Amino acid sequence: MTWVGANIAQVWNLSVLHLWLSVQPIVIGFVIAVPLGLVAWRYRWLRGGLLSVIGLLYTIPSLALFVLLPPVIGISVLADANLVIALSIYAVALMTRFAADAFAAVDPVVRRSAVAIGYSSWRRFWAVDLPLAGPALLAGLRVVAVSTVSLVTVGILVGIDSLGLLFTDGLQRGILAEIATGIVMTVVIALVLDLVIALAGRLLMPWARRPPRRRRWLPWRSSRTSARGATAAEVAE
Amino acid sequence: MIEFDRVAKRFPDGTEAVREITLTVPSRRTTVLVGSSGSGKTTLLRMVNRMVEPSSGQVRIDDEDVATLNPVTLRRRIGYVLQGGGLLPHRRVLDNIVTVLRLNGVRRRSAEERGLELMDTVGLDRALARRYPGQLSGGQQQRVGVARALAVDPNILLMDEPFGAVDPIVRTDLQNELLRLQSTLDKTVLFVTHDIEEAFILGDQVVILKPGGVIAQQGTPAEILADPADDFVATFIGAERGQRALRVEDHNGTQVVVDGRGRPAGVLAEGVPRQ
Ligand SMILES: Nc1ncnc2c1ncn2[C@@H]1O[C@H](COP(=O)(O)OP(=O)(O)OP(=O)(O)O)[C@@H](O)[C@H]1O
Ligand SMILES: [Mg+2]
Repeated sequence: MTWVGANIAQVWNLSVLHLWLSVQPIVIGFVIAVPLGLVAWRYRWLRGGLLSVIGLLYTIPSLALFVLLPPVIGISVLADANLVIALSIYAVALMTRFAADAFAAVDPVVRRSAVAIGYSSWRRFWAVDLPLAGPALLAGLRVVAVSTVSLVTVGILVGIDSLGLLFTDGLQRGILAEIATGIVMTVVIALVLDLVIALAGRLLMPWARRPPRRRRWLPWRSSRTSARGATAAEVAE
Repeated sequence: MIEFDRVAKRFPDGTEAVREITLTVPSRRTTVLVGSSGSGKTTLLRMVNRMVEPSSGQVRIDDEDVATLNPVTLRRRIGYVLQGGGLLPHRRVLDNIVTVLRLNGVRRRSAEERGLELMDTVGLDRALARRYPGQLSGGQQQRVGVARALAVDPNILLMDEPFGAVDPIVRTDLQNELLRLQSTLDKTVLFVTHDIEEAFILGDQVVILKPGGVIAQQGTPAEILADPADDFVATFIGAERGQRALRVEDHNGTQVVVDGRGRPAGVLAEGVPRQ
């Protein structure tokens, strides 16, 4: 604990840096993956091939990517951009399948009824497909976010600073508290990002919260709900 | 006036949904398509707003072949109440109602004013305006569907089993309201149901479809009741079970009308003793 007290400023700086290095690939990956997922969903014949190829990207070892990427695009191995681009590739690899599934999960009846009342395909995408795929897209994004936060630490192996520095430095100098702090802060950042995405989802998609389902948590109400449910079912018959 | 001119629909998988149907839907009248499940009612309805393209034949609206019209503009000037409501689950009730107005470029303020008036028209409490469709009962959702279809004040109203998902009492309510609306609005209504009672209540003209998309009989409810074209129609309208053959029985001076099974259907108004 004394270590933490003495190094609080560094822990804070590394956390902010880590957060910033995580957010960029998450956002970039999302923006690229959603159109790719849309294409994979829209053109069935493309789906299998496209998703397999993009999924394969995820199997490239991160260390190899950190080393291979800079000469290809002409930046320094040590550049933040190296890490951001590499992690964006992983984010795309994960997110594209989530996106394709999210669009596939939109109720075709709703989609057809939107067309039937006069939506053009362009407006239907923005007003119907995208928002209705929203909950599944955000669920995928949460997985991507947590995975990205943990991948950022690997950058330290090629010299890109993040909370990962606390692991390597703590290991070299044998300071357990430093390693533990690195782990805890990484988890905290992952949780914070996850929470932010979940809250954004609630704000943007209030309709996705189904009140009847939430009511079931309360036992004293659930009996009433089920009683009412039974009457409704009887009437329907 | 909507004219189906020898239209047929064979789906890519080989299903013959509609076979050579010729039918005129007169303006400012209610025409009801009735038939059992899979007899091609929805398919016929969808041909009008080009959700389905006929494999052969022509659909005309006021002598204009719909195939020559832009489908999006066409759909925006036809009111369409979808089977099962078809509301957008992520839009509030009022936003659902004004969707097409907004698509047509009407300003939000005036669209919403009109939307609230329409809620009155179809008997929806304005307090429901800010709810999501998932927070409404089946009957309320159906009303929202009707309000949405009426929003652009279309000449043509396509209604696909709009009252299918509600209990009999609400159903009767909605039917009465549609009759009331139609007496003032004078739309050309093409209404689909599989319930012959509903067809006879609502239809100026009733078209009975057989499985496979063939017209079994068309005419006014009275014409069909008086002279069922064949056994299929007779079965369909319940004539062969004697349900339609009513007779009068005297119960202590009151003339009670009973059906073929002896179940009371009502009382003869002239037979009620004056007080
Ligand atoms: N897109 C499609 N592809 C293949 N077959 C279809 C398609 N749409 C409808 N059909 C078939 O065409 C026939 C008529 O369907 P339609 O939906 O018009 O029936 P309906 O009279 O409206 O029935 P319901 O009362 O159940 O709504 C059915 O056999 C149906 O399976
Ligand atoms: Mg149907």
